Amino acid sequence: MALKTETFILNAGPQHPSTHGVFRMRLTLDGEVIQDVEPVFGYLHRGIEKLAEGLTYPQDIVFTDRLDYLASMTNNQAYVVAVEKLAGIQAPERAEYLRVIMAELMRISSHLMAVGFLLNDLGAFLTPLLYMYREREKILDLFDMVCGQRLTYNYMRIGGVSQDIPEEFIPALKKYIDSLPGFINEYEQLLATNEIVLIRTKNVGILTKESAINYSAAGPVLRGSGVKWDIRKADPYSVYERFKFEVPVGSVGDIYDRYRVRIEEMHQSIAIIRQAMEQLPQGEIQAKIPKVLRPPKGEAYGHIEGPKGELGFYLVSDGSTNPYRLHVRPPSLINLTALKELLVGVKIADAMAIFGSIDICVGEVDR
Amino acid sequence: MKLKSYGEGIAKGMLVTMKNAIRDPITTQYPEKRLNISRRSRGNQLVWNKTACISCSMCARACPVNCITMVTSRDENKKLQMDKMDVDTGVCISCGLCVEACPQKCLFMSRDYEKAVYSRKKLKLTKEDILMTDSSKPSGYYSPENETKLPKQTLLIDGKKWDK
Repeated sequence: MALKTETFILNAGPQHPSTHGVFRMRLTLDGEVIQDVEPVFGYLHRGIEKLAEGLTYPQDIVFTDRLDYLASMTNNQAYVVAVEKLAGIQAPERAEYLRVIMAELMRISSHLMAVGFLLNDLGAFLTPLLYMYREREKILDLFDMVCGQRLTYNYMRIGGVSQDIPEEFIPALKKYIDSLPGFINEYEQLLATNEIVLIRTKNVGILTKESAINYSAAGPVLRGSGVKWDIRKADPYSVYERFKFEVPVGSVGDIYDRYRVRIEEMHQSIAIIRQAMEQLPQGEIQAKIPKVLRPPKGEAYGHIEGPKGELGFYLVSDGSTNPYRLHVRPPSLINLTALKELLVGVKIADAMAIFGSIDICVGEVDR
Repeated sequence: MKLKSYGEGIAKGMLVTMKNAIRDPITTQYPEKRLNISRRSRGNQLVWNKTACISCSMCARACPVNCITMVTSRDENKKLQMDKMDVDTGVCISCGLCVEACPQKCLFMSRDYEKAVYSRKKLKLTKEDILMTDSSKPSGYYSPENETKLPKQTLLIDGKKWDK
């Protein structure tokens, strides 16, 4: 006698501890195997792109903080790079170096969160994540010292940065940068040789080189698949061509490779911050810009390498004080399009681990 | 993976966890003990220096969320005076753009935290509420004069043993 079977629909989210925010996946299951996945998002939609059209160019910086709230500094930077390209403004050197230091600290902080949450998704409940939170807190202390807030920094300005760093910043940063490799090694000891982690991450959720390019994935997801593509090298912005650093790549494209790429990138960021601290020049931190900024008619696309991938802002100006159109190229959303290929055919137990390895931030997906 | 090596990595990890279990806590017992917050802290309130203000409304214009309502008029000497300056702290996102826009440097972010109130109406502050008095705590955000006076921020990286 043949049993009658049917597929089963499971809603993962929006209030799911592992969905990194209010993200929902409708999984069609055949037993334990995922047959189809339908991502549902928009729960955090605030209409930031539309809001930006009603505000002036400097006021929009405030709203870029609220896109990817785990990496506000790089959002600020991407936006000001786009506006500077549109209006033809060149920031002073000291400001560019400060931007680089802040952006690399932000990258370390965001990667700490990414690998911490990945382990949380694998079932190592909270312990490794809270070690990460501890280290991130030290970075947030530094940001707090510079711009007065822990999460929504609003630090970069069109043509510079808002304030110069206080004198106690560089000693504290030096101390932190010296302590960080030791911490990463401790963390590696905790997990890199752990057999359970290896079994659950190696050869799971493989994204091939070709499909990573086809999905136009960026950041650690793309580099984990073995494509050597980094905007800091491919299209250098700011003062990145003056620093020596490597672009770490994976070989297989599984969860483990993405995890390794993030760990290696933290080491590279430390190297960049060390060089930037050495070369940091004295001088102005703000270029002379008109009090009411009216960029000429035209359009510009400014992109930077954010912690999660290529973060771009596309701006159209009609010659007035407000942007005519602001479009964000969020790395989280584009990387998320590869989710279906990664999830179909795997067991439900691996779904959250694969999803966690993509490292999305819902504030950026929904905007 | 060989069965022989199984468990070695887990034991190593446990060693790290053990080390962390016996170290000093890094958190602080908040209401009893307080750390020094950042000198440039952007708290959710404004401090307004009335004597220096020229009622130019630049702060209200700079605000991206329109939380500052300002009504000005001219007195008999044709001098601008402030009739109303309301700050809705329920709307304020503490971005600090109003402080930067002030040409007279008479507006400051506050270092106060713990600003919870019992009703939503009380979130709307009038000009008397934000007036600079001896008890108000202007922060060093965009104001180097204030910054040098304030105590240094406690940093986690300095590794103080908070609870001892």
